[in-house]
Amino acid sequence: MSFLNFLISGISLGSIYAIIALGYTMVYGIAKMLNFAHGDVIMVGAYICFFAVSSYGLPPVVGVVAAMAVCTVLGIVVERLAYKPLRQAPSLAVLITAIGVSYFLQNGAQLLWTSSPKVFPNIFAQKGADGAMKSSFTLFDGQLNISYVAVVAIIACVVIMAGLTLFTGYTKMGKAMRACSEDKGAAQLMGINVDGTISLTFAIGSGLAAVAGVLLCAAYPNLVPTTGSMPGIKAFTAAVFGGIGSIPGALLGGLLLGVIQIFTQAYISMELADAVVFGVLIVVLLVRPAGLLGKQIREKV
Amino acid sequence: MKKFCSILLALALVLSLAACGGNNGGSGDTGSGSSTSGDSGSGDSGSGSGSTGGFKIGGTGPLTGDASIYGIAVRNGAQIAVDEINAQGGIQFDLKYEDDAHDAEKAVNAYNALKSWGMQISMSSVTSTPAEATSTMNFEDRIFGLTPSASSVATTQGKDNVFQMCFIDPAQGTMAAHSIADNNLGSKIAVIWKNDDVYSVGIYETFMEEAAKVGLEVVSDTNFNNATSTDFSVQIADAQKNGADLVFLPMYYQPASQILAQAVSAGFTPKWFGVDGMDGILTMEGFDTAMAEGIMLQTPFNASSDDPATKAFVEEYQSRFGEVPNQFAANAYDCVYAYKQALENAGATPDMTAEELCGLMIEQFTTMTFDGITGTGATWSAEGAVSKQPTVVVIQDGAYVGLN
Repeated sequence: MSFLNFLISGISLGSIYAIIALGYTMVYGIAKMLNFAHGDVIMVGAYICFFAVSSYGLPPVVGVVAAMAVCTVLGIVVERLAYKPLRQAPSLAVLITAIGVSYFLQNGAQLLWTSSPKVFPNIFAQKGADGAMKSSFTLFDGQLNISYVAVVAIIACVVIMAGLTLFTGYTKMGKAMRACSEDKGAAQLMGINVDGTISLTFAIGSGLAAVAGVLLCAAYPNLVPTTGSMPGIKAFTAAVFGGIGSIPGALLGGLLLGVIQIFTQAYISMELADAVVFGVLIVVLLVRPAGLLGKQIREKV
Repeated sequence: MKKFCSILLALALVLSLAACGGNNGGSGDTGSGSSTSGDSGSGDSGSGSGSTGGFKIGGTGPLTGDASIYGIAVRNGAQIAVDEINAQGGIQFDLKYEDDAHDAEKAVNAYNALKSWGMQISMSSVTSTPAEATSTMNFEDRIFGLTPSASSVATTQGKDNVFQMCFIDPAQGTMAAHSIADNNLGSKIAVIWKNDDVYSVGIYETFMEEAAKVGLEVVSDTNFNNATSTDFSVQIADAQKNGADLVFLPMYYQPASQILAQAVSAGFTPKWFGVDGMDGILTMEGFDTAMAEGIMLQTPFNASSDDPATKAFVEEYQSRFGEVPNQFAANAYDCVYAYKQALENAGATPDMTAEELCGLMIEQFTTMTFDGITGTGATWSAEGAVSKQPTVVVIQDGAYVGLN
């Protein structure tokens, strides 16, 4: 049974990584830049939801919607102010700018909300049979223990993934996104508003970051201004793992990363968990340089 | 044109950096003349040109970043003590804190900035990793250091002029093993520790050593690091599987709060035993104090104590900063008062150089007994480690009460 328990922990951790990884992968696919501030947008989302639920006593759903709204706006504003002026600049300049934005958000959050840690309320807790709030349910005579957050995270991940696949596949805006990712110049010639499409990408990525932030903090309830940075890096790894630019790749990469991390801790070594995760990443990249589901692009000479 | 501008900017940056370096290595010399990391000579150490004419105390701590809660608490606690002492007349202090962001390299820069400001006595650094770097500078520059909270052994080891106000890590591990064994708190012990944190590792190692001596059975021994400090399902499952009835958590309260929450989810309800880093768990915003019910922890400072000095400090801290002070703030407060006592005993004056003060302080700290809010009858060994009694408290109804 402990195997199943670990598997569920791994999948739930992995689905949160996957939702975060989506933000990286979408922005990379369309704008060809690594938005390292993405992890900190997660943190902002979690803070907004925290204040909505804990300080103003709003229902969790409102908190999530508020967090998504704020993060969407934040994503668009960051893109306009920090990244758009650098559209023609070398990618290294954009990368450094993204790191700058990341620090700006972290320190801004510290200034606004102080560095003292906040404990995120368990918004997915359910009333148990005895009237007490329960954060998990058990199966098979208490042998298998599944938290509600894990269930919500997995469902949310699948729904978001399916929604995004349909969106990019069948809607006009989604097609515009794919066109931009193929060739920005050609897309513009075809009458596609490239700037608008990139803004939309940031909006969607940041909105999803808010969802990821709420899920992350509901599962691991510790909220500080640097909460987003480590999961952000892990999710970036997941995105590269699955093939950066590919939406199903982000899902696969995230899940694999979560499961490998938990299994390594459980069965191989606590200390080597990350070493094993990155070891697998290196092997994958050696065999498939574009990641598991990434597009192999042949350069024509 | 654009290129020219960027070159100009780059040049300006390089020059301004160089200027910083120049300031640090510039004027004055306290005599030791030893140089460290390319910084020649030592700063102008207190020729009595201070703004209030008081003793200049400097310290570095994480005022930003992950560990900033400790740095800010220390700065606040020390500031209260300085303001109180200055208001009394008599000895006057000038306090200055520089940010080190819990980073050894930044701490050395911060230390250099303080030295050029004219720091005469130092409060070293708040956290262990930076303190291990700055205490070496303290030693070489002959500037006396008293750290409120850097508890690693290496902070004071081999440095005759660096002292600690907090317990050293090994002492905590030993004391924890004894507390558990003496009070029969548990028969099957699980330990979860953080393998990339000197604080946690130090306590863990001596705890295991002492646990073997006093006959405690450790059934589960698991760890984590900074990158894996979100999901604890594996560690909790291991403790649960091995039937642990007490879990020892030698770590700071942030990961500890995660472990508690996830243990509740997993339906695991052992006794919990923490160390002084656990202090602060109750003040986390949004923390469900019911979850901490029954946690035992060792702490030098109990904010809900009836001691009048503690009460006055807690009230002042609350009215100024809006929160209950933790042991970091209390240790810092005690540091300043310990300095006051030592300086008064030695008859020191603010126009003495840092090196003169250093000699006097070493003499005082190795001989004096200090009563503060973090323990009475504190004495120091020549190695700089403090000896005072920790209290084991239990969390009941969201407040600390003494064990027994």
